[in-house]
Amino acid sequence: MKRRNDIKHYTGFLPLTLLCLFILYTPLIVVMVYSFNESTSITTWGGFSLKWYVDVFTGPESAKFKQAAWNSFVIAIAAATTATIIATLAATAIIRGGRFKLRLPSLGLISLPLMVPEIVTAVALLIFYNFIGFSRGMMTILVAHIVFCIPFAYMPIAARMQGIEDTYEQAALDLYATRFEAFTKILLPLMLPGIISGYLLAFIISLDDFIITNFVKGAGVETLPTAIFGSVKQGIRPNIMAISTMLLAVSMLIVTLSYLISKTDKTK
Amino acid sequence: MAGGVASGGSSSAETYKEARNFLLLPAWAVLVIFVLAPVMMMFVYSFLTKEFRGGVIWEFSFAAYDQFFCDRGLFGDEPCSFEWTYIGIFWRSIWQAGLATFFALLIGFPTAYFIATRPPHLRAIWVFLITIPYWVNLLIRTVSMKFLIRDTGPLNEFLLWVGIIESPLGIAYTNTAVQLGLFYSYLPFMVLPIYAAVERYNFALSEAAADLYASKWTTLRLVLLPAVKPGVIAGCILVFVPSLGSFLAPDLLGGARNFMIGSLIDEQFRGSAGNWPFGAAASMILLSMVLLLLMIFARQQSKAEGRG
Amino acid sequence: MPLNKDATAAIDVRNAVKRYGDFTALKTISLSIRDNEFFTLLGPSGCGKTTLLRMIAGFEDVTEGAIFLFGKEIENLPPNKRPINTVFQNYALFPHMTVTDNVAFGVQRLGKSRQEALRRAGEMLELVQLSQFAERKPAQLSGGQQQRVALARALAPSPKVLLLDEPLSALDLKLRQAMRFELKEIQRETGITFIFVTHDQEEALTMSDRIAVMSSGEVQQLGEAREIYEKPRNMFVADFIGETNLLEVFVDKIVEGRAMCHLGGGHALTCDAVEGVGEGAKVHMSIRPERLVLSETEAPENSLRGTVHDNIFVGTDIQSVIDLDDGPRMLVRTSNSDRGKKHLFERGATAYVTMEGGAARLLVD
Repeated sequence: MKRRNDIKHYTGFLPLTLLCLFILYTPLIVVMVYSFNESTSITTWGGFSLKWYVDVFTGPESAKFKQAAWNSFVIAIAAATTATIIATLAATAIIRGGRFKLRLPSLGLISLPLMVPEIVTAVALLIFYNFIGFSRGMMTILVAHIVFCIPFAYMPIAARMQGIEDTYEQAALDLYATRFEAFTKILLPLMLPGIISGYLLAFIISLDDFIITNFVKGAGVETLPTAIFGSVKQGIRPNIMAISTMLLAVSMLIVTLSYLISKTDKTK
Repeated sequence: MAGGVASGGSSSAETYKEARNFLLLPAWAVLVIFVLAPVMMMFVYSFLTKEFRGGVIWEFSFAAYDQFFCDRGLFGDEPCSFEWTYIGIFWRSIWQAGLATFFALLIGFPTAYFIATRPPHLRAIWVFLITIPYWVNLLIRTVSMKFLIRDTGPLNEFLLWVGIIESPLGIAYTNTAVQLGLFYSYLPFMVLPIYAAVERYNFALSEAAADLYASKWTTLRLVLLPAVKPGVIAGCILVFVPSLGSFLAPDLLGGARNFMIGSLIDEQFRGSAGNWPFGAAASMILLSMVLLLLMIFARQQSKAEGRG
Repeated sequence: MPLNKDATAAIDVRNAVKRYGDFTALKTISLSIRDNEFFTLLGPSGCGKTTLLRMIAGFEDVTEGAIFLFGKEIENLPPNKRPINTVFQNYALFPHMTVTDNVAFGVQRLGKSRQEALRRAGEMLELVQLSQFAERKPAQLSGGQQQRVALARALAPSPKVLLLDEPLSALDLKLRQAMRFELKEIQRETGITFIFVTHDQEEALTMSDRIAVMSSGEVQQLGEAREIYEKPRNMFVADFIGETNLLEVFVDKIVEGRAMCHLGGGHALTCDAVEGVGEGAKVHMSIRPERLVLSETEAPENSLRGTVHDNIFVGTDIQSVIDLDDGPRMLVRTSNSDRGKKHLFERGATAYVTMEGGAARLLVD
């Protein structure tokens, strides 16, 4: 094929794209590979082994990591659920509520956690908790996670709702459905892929958060990222790579799921 | 609310008009109480007096801002002369974030362009490949980078083995490592908005330019770039802003001399050595910078939209 | 609720006004739609026809005035309480439900049992000849099939009035023509009042019992298809429906229902007088191109001389463009089957353009 006459083609852009992917994936792949390293020294390759995965579950640090993983999942599920409900209600008002004064301020408020630098949110929440005398622990982490999960849940839900013409609900009303039936029988089922997508993204965001969690967690309460950070401060050990690889796999699995669900768009 | 009695119908897109305030209530409650109020509180704390074991004493004070901008000598009794320590840290943060943004643009633009010019059914897959790393834990990614570039890490081992270098690069714990970390962390943010802009771009314009004797690079510079400028600016903002307040990259990849704003703020709240009002003040200054930047950006974007 | 004296009207719109803030979408509309009628609202986009339809359906408030359904005011009934169903422009078939569930939806909402609703849905799908697609999802159907499902869904709850919002506009030409007959058939069979909104004049003329021609939020003319085509009331109607020739004339005298007029150059013309055009008025005269005849010699009445500018072959007809000596350019349509009887003229030839009796029509304004 002659590319010289292709107006869209620029020589060198393909190699740069591949370089971009290479940069993005190399560190991750390296960690994955080294998590299977037999050797105790992390730098020399000593053959394939699953011993560090076994170590994660049975080794000296296993109790700490199990507790941290449990905390992380409990918080992620609770935060994602709450954030998704709040975001769905807000999206319904903002997308389906017509034009009204609170519309833009509401949009601004919801995207606020995205605009404020994470470290600032962390500081602000720490100070706020301190001021109202909210003693730090699981609850303080959970509330913080709900807050910054809301915009992530909101985006796919709102995008989905915008893609659903309001004639479906009008047709339902025209066919004698009540407002409530139009919402539950028509809008919600059509929204479902967006809602699941939003839930999964919120779940990952909560599972992954380090900076804010690190600020608002109480002493002794750890989530997986804060536990990993604590360990890394003493040096990168192979069991950290095994945990990282597992967490990485969970994230990728969930993102892929979310991607596949968002592709099942029945309205098109 | 008015008109609940006589109105039998509702016009289009207003199906939930009556319920909207109720539907928005949870979002407002959570975000006002746990974002707006805390930021206000932080503002207040930045004007309080520090408690030596962390926390504050409720006494009004300019000490935090004074410490930030003024050098009052060894005993703190001299008149204010300009203090460079903290401004220097802010300046280094801006410089580091700027460099990371520049390199992200250098790689991100061709990538975004390349993806946007693939056949439609392949674009989604490329975009997906770019987004996956973003969803992977930032901490894990930073740790991975740290592992990769250390003097005895796989990168140096590989380069030594190939024979390109004779001794390790020694980039760990340097400014370069921090830049690399920032660049790597936020690269997907550069690609996505540029991709969206190029995808909307009407390539008939490029054809028209080519028809009028413009070379490919002239077309890129004079026709394509101006058209996708809002996307490019959005990408730069999305890389620059989180880089500026980043904590993990300087903390894990940088050495003691590669302090950035994030680390400075973090230090004020760690253990008992901290200074809460000073941390709050530094956070306020960072927040103001970011909001100012976003405002300029928003104005630019609305102007670009106004032009069509 | 106030009762209406004229209880035979299915829908009675009385002095209805619709305003959005400062913008007036409908200016005092009054019209009465009979039971069992195929009634069409015809007009260009933005004329207010869809707004009126949505007001009847209940999706838009009435700013002023009232709408009656068989004598009952329906202002305070929300859409789901009105025995009126709509076929939406893009059908709005629920994408997550099967065809059967779509059609059964309304019947079930009316409190009927699931069996009853499914039985009714089956009947309706038979009526629109889609029984074999009952278990499919809407996305698996062609445009024409989706259109018929939308029709079946709207008919299933046996509404008193069926509203159709440009239902054929998304179909291709062949399908559109076939659906016209089918719609008309179904309307006759069910006896339900149809209110049909379209911007396509051909669609309106072929299907409707009566047509209301609308523009700028007003009804310009209301009448049967033939009446609207042959006796347009004003410039807008004459111009919007079909093709027409317009001549500017001065009305000299009105004698026994005939108006004596002359063109600017003095040439005399006569035609039927119309209400609203008095002596001394300067108005437009409309003549359909197919009601003009070309000849070599001047006819005794309403014959104008001109030069043939061009002949254009358009399939069923030949269009001749004539530059009048005493007037503007005229379009004359000669049916291809008439070619033997009617003479064709070469370009540049002189010819007389004669109006058939009753062809000329004076327009108000």
